[in-house]
Amino acid sequence: MSETGRPFAASASWFLSTARERLAKLLDAGSFTEFVPPSERVQSPHLALFDLPAAFDDGMIVGCGRLGGKSVLVAAQEGQFMGGTFAEVSGAKLLGLIRAARDDEKLPRTILLLLDSGGVRLQEANAGELAVAEVMRAIVEARAAGVAVIALVGGRAGAFGGAGLTAATCSAIVISEQGRTGVTGPEVIETNKGVEEFDSRDKALVWSVTGGRTRRLIGGADAYAEDTVASFREATLALMGKARPFDLATLRAELARLAGRVGRLGGCDSAVAMWSALGVADPRATADMDDPAFVALVADVKGAGDDAR
Amino acid sequence: MENLKLRFTTRGPIPGTARSTIVGVVASGNLEVLLERVLDQNECAVEIATPVRGYDDVWKAVVADFVERASPGGMRISINDGGARPDTVALRLMQGVRTMEAGDE
Repeated sequence: MSETGRPFAASASWFLSTARERLAKLLDAGSFTEFVPPSERVQSPHLALFDLPAAFDDGMIVGCGRLGGKSVLVAAQEGQFMGGTFAEVSGAKLLGLIRAARDDEKLPRTILLLLDSGGVRLQEANAGELAVAEVMRAIVEARAAGVAVIALVGGRAGAFGGAGLTAATCSAIVISEQGRTGVTGPEVIETNKGVEEFDSRDKALVWSVTGGRTRRLIGGADAYAEDTVASFREATLALMGKARPFDLATLRAELARLAGRVGRLGGCDSAVAMWSALGVADPRATADMDDPAFVALVADVKGAGDDAR
Repeated sequence: MENLKLRFTTRGPIPGTARSTIVGVVASGNLEVLLERVLDQNECAVEIATPVRGYDDVWKAVVADFVERASPGGMRISINDGGARPDTVALRLMQGVRTMEAGDE
């Protein structure tokens, strides 16, 4: 089953690629098999009510393939469709994939989640909220059953709301400079708390708070990728097989790690102050340096590498 | 939603063996095109779902022009439209045919 469009170079931008293009070049060539493909037309039954167009895959592509010869399950959100949102059909597709991995140990023991979503689809909000809650529970149960769940974040919509929560429940997160994670998006904060609290049009501010570089520096993401499909592939390969057992000791270590982070950074009132507290020599340069320089910087920062999840 | 169903007789089938493919994304000014090799080799059916009303004649003209150029015999073509301009529609349709011809890469 090919749904991937024309072949294109692996140096293609992750940010600009569609979900299908990302999958095609992330996985080993020709290894992807889609479950519930577009030709089955399992699409949202609700959008027509709002006079909105549906998508044949509801913006969620699920299936299996190989990465570096190892079998993996994959789910990819299309960030351009309705903001890559969680909804009834897309949520059920993702949930079914994770629960299958949880229940059947003959299936691949790694799930890759290519998150690209602003959260719940407002037109199907109740179903979407339920889907997020069930997905989070399923991820935790799957991890307890020995499945590693790796989130890849670098798309237009980032991973916010339910997608941000989902990312936080994963075994590991790969992020690029363009990637963003969080729960409440910049526009929502501005609407509720005022522009003095958070100016959503100030992109430098938004990225300094939620962007991939700051997430990586403070230990909120476990690996940093350049904005290419090839770099995401490399970073994901490096994480495979590294997930810790999901047990009480791991949870206690994670809690201790988070408490340490609050202790180190809790008093900071800006990202630059955090980067400075982390010992970055020239914190203001962090946002402007190129990717190799940033990778070298991260290697020297205490706390960025102390993954406990 | 506006739903259009068009049928054409073509000169012949498009080459290749891919059973189906999908190109494009449902987003503002964009569209997704699902092509499936399920019809007789001289037939082509095009189904369009669009939230934009009143452009039936433009759709018919763009699709008829595409069928004349590409001769997409055997294809059931289904479109979810996000308000794409005619030139974008024409390009996506050609992209879909080229992808089908390229095989199941």
